[in-house]
Amino acid sequence: MLFYITLFLYLAATSGYISYVITLKKPISILSTSILIASFILHAVVISLRYPELGHPPFIGIETLSLLAWAIVGIYLLVEWRYKVYVLGSIVSPIAFILLLLTVIIPEGEIVVPPYLRSVWFPLHVGFAFLGNAIFSLACAAGIMYLIQERQVKGHHLGGIHKRLPSLEVLDEINEMCLFIGFPLMTFGIITGFIWSNAVWGTFWKFSPRAIFSLITWLLYATLLTGRLSVGWRGRRAAVLAITGFSIMIATYFVINIIWGGHAFK
Amino acid sequence: MNIIVVGLNHKTAPVEIREKISFQPAMLEEAHGKLLQTQGVTEGMILSTCNRVEVYSCVNDIESGIREVKEFLSAFHGLPLERFEEHLFVCSAEDALRHLFRVASSLDSMVVGEPQILGQLKEAYQTSCKYKAAGVILNKLLHRAFSTAKRVRTETKIASSAVSISYAAVELAKKIFGSLDGKVVMLVGAGEMCELAAKHFINSGIKDIYVTNRTFERAERLAEEFKGTPVNFNEFQHTLHKADIVLSSTGATHYIIKPEDVTEALKARKQKPMFFIDIAVPRDIDPKVNDIDNVYLYDIDDMQGVIEANVKGRSKEAEKAEGIIAEELKVFIHWLKTLDLTPTIVGMRERGEEIRKLELNKALTFLNGISPTQMKVLESMTSSIVNKLLHHPIVALKTHAKDHYRDMYLEVARNMFDLADKEKEEPDQELEE
Repeated sequence: MLFYITLFLYLAATSGYISYVITLKKPISILSTSILIASFILHAVVISLRYPELGHPPFIGIETLSLLAWAIVGIYLLVEWRYKVYVLGSIVSPIAFILLLLTVIIPEGEIVVPPYLRSVWFPLHVGFAFLGNAIFSLACAAGIMYLIQERQVKGHHLGGIHKRLPSLEVLDEINEMCLFIGFPLMTFGIITGFIWSNAVWGTFWKFSPRAIFSLITWLLYATLLTGRLSVGWRGRRAAVLAITGFSIMIATYFVINIIWGGHAFK
Repeated sequence: MNIIVVGLNHKTAPVEIREKISFQPAMLEEAHGKLLQTQGVTEGMILSTCNRVEVYSCVNDIESGIREVKEFLSAFHGLPLERFEEHLFVCSAEDALRHLFRVASSLDSMVVGEPQILGQLKEAYQTSCKYKAAGVILNKLLHRAFSTAKRVRTETKIASSAVSISYAAVELAKKIFGSLDGKVVMLVGAGEMCELAAKHFINSGIKDIYVTNRTFERAERLAEEFKGTPVNFNEFQHTLHKADIVLSSTGATHYIIKPEDVTEALKARKQKPMFFIDIAVPRDIDPKVNDIDNVYLYDIDDMQGVIEANVKGRSKEAEKAEGIIAEELKVFIHWLKTLDLTPTIVGMRERGEEIRKLELNKALTFLNGISPTQMKVLESMTSSIVNKLLHHPIVALKTHAKDHYRDMYLEVARNMFDLADKEKEEPDQELEE
């Protein structure tokens, strides 16, 4: 029941944010934010109630989508509080809604939690990776908005879209902030992954497509971070890299995790 | 009484000449004094901005007046007349009035509709009043000019185009930089429009302003006005990297900011975005600059494009403005014509006759029937009272009609006998704005 209320609230927040983007009326944005905060809190309750029911941490199988949605919304709320970019809300809240909806739609078989997932390092590994992913998803959304806005400004066509998108500098700052916070989290995720792997299998590196793609993504973000700090890669280039990085991450998640059944541990 | 304008502006003279003839604020007291001492000049006002130096005067004779004012300019600036006479423009009577009204309404500005000129004109008028150079005619004329400008501003969309360019520039900058707090602006060249846009930027919270200009003194002057830093024109490209926003409006015939300059500046500022606004015609900045990452270039047409929807049919608006000016001109010329001896005396006599008849009729209603002889006595008595009352004022008017106080006496007489036009002139509130 609580779950469906949460789902409904995400839908309400989505329509709220979208109508704000259309009308640009201040009260609507405040209302939408309140709804989103309510759904975020309720979602937390749903996840924590579900934990004992499942008998395993919500880090495996389809439950991960719910967790991902929750993390993205949480981080978005922080960004909104800092930068007042309500337009981003119109992207984030539908994503949260869809992710949560998927957990109902996609049928899930009985999950037998293998003993190697019972290590303490596993939740840490997944937790960090999750927060990282959530942050990078925002960087990607900001990147897409940056490219659209940049096109408007550079092309001297300033239409309605232009008016509704935040300034280039703010979008770039969000990108930067996401990189600065997301990259260490991702790095921790990978390090704890190594430790976990070592604790379970006695080796730091176990070959799996997922691990490889994670490393590729990590390298990409590392390059972006270095470029930004040393020679000032920003704006367009940073936006494109943030979008690319997140696309690889999504592809990894869906193609490898769901279709191939996660890390090839067998 | 004749009104003449002698001067030069951005249409008639290059900036080098304009600068030599311009009047610094500190010179104005002496200049107004000298102007009034000029043969045949009864009133005067000096308008000196970076785009124009114009001397408005009331003279007894047009031809000699023009010659004298030209001599005044030459003598005051210690510059032989031959050096700049070809750049001077001269107009008189109705043309001079129309010119003033067009200047006040910003129809004569480099960027038509820019609002600064009205403020400058008001300042010039106040200065002229302060040094007692403006008299009855210039007072009336300038107030008429101000109200004309106000009408043009409110009844046409002429003004909105110039303002909206600066406004659009600030809005665009906000879309690039978010907040403008702590941003740095650089002015390359110093046209009216640049100054105007710079003011908008300053009001939006920018931190610092650099000014560069071909003549360094002018850059210094403008920098002082904006509390900024003047930069040498020959090497301003090396300061470019400090600026987030660059406003360019020089008279250069070729591109003065090239892609390589900008690439270099970007490297120095770690690719932080830059916003270039090129108001110059022909353009100052190579359009290829817009292809560089993190650089946004808008020329005057792009800016116009941005605000196009708001300001449609510019020429129609200009036509409307000229119409308003023609109307106001008519009112003023009508007033000017009344400021002659004969109509004033006739008016005074008519007013006296009017009162006499009114009072006589009133008296007759109390007297039940009087003989024609008695009537004649009454008539001649009242007439002679009126005539005797009017005698001295009329003599005084006639005496002063030949001297310096002519216009003042005429105006006072018209006011005392309530001969002024029905339409009341606007009080000084125009100046307060």
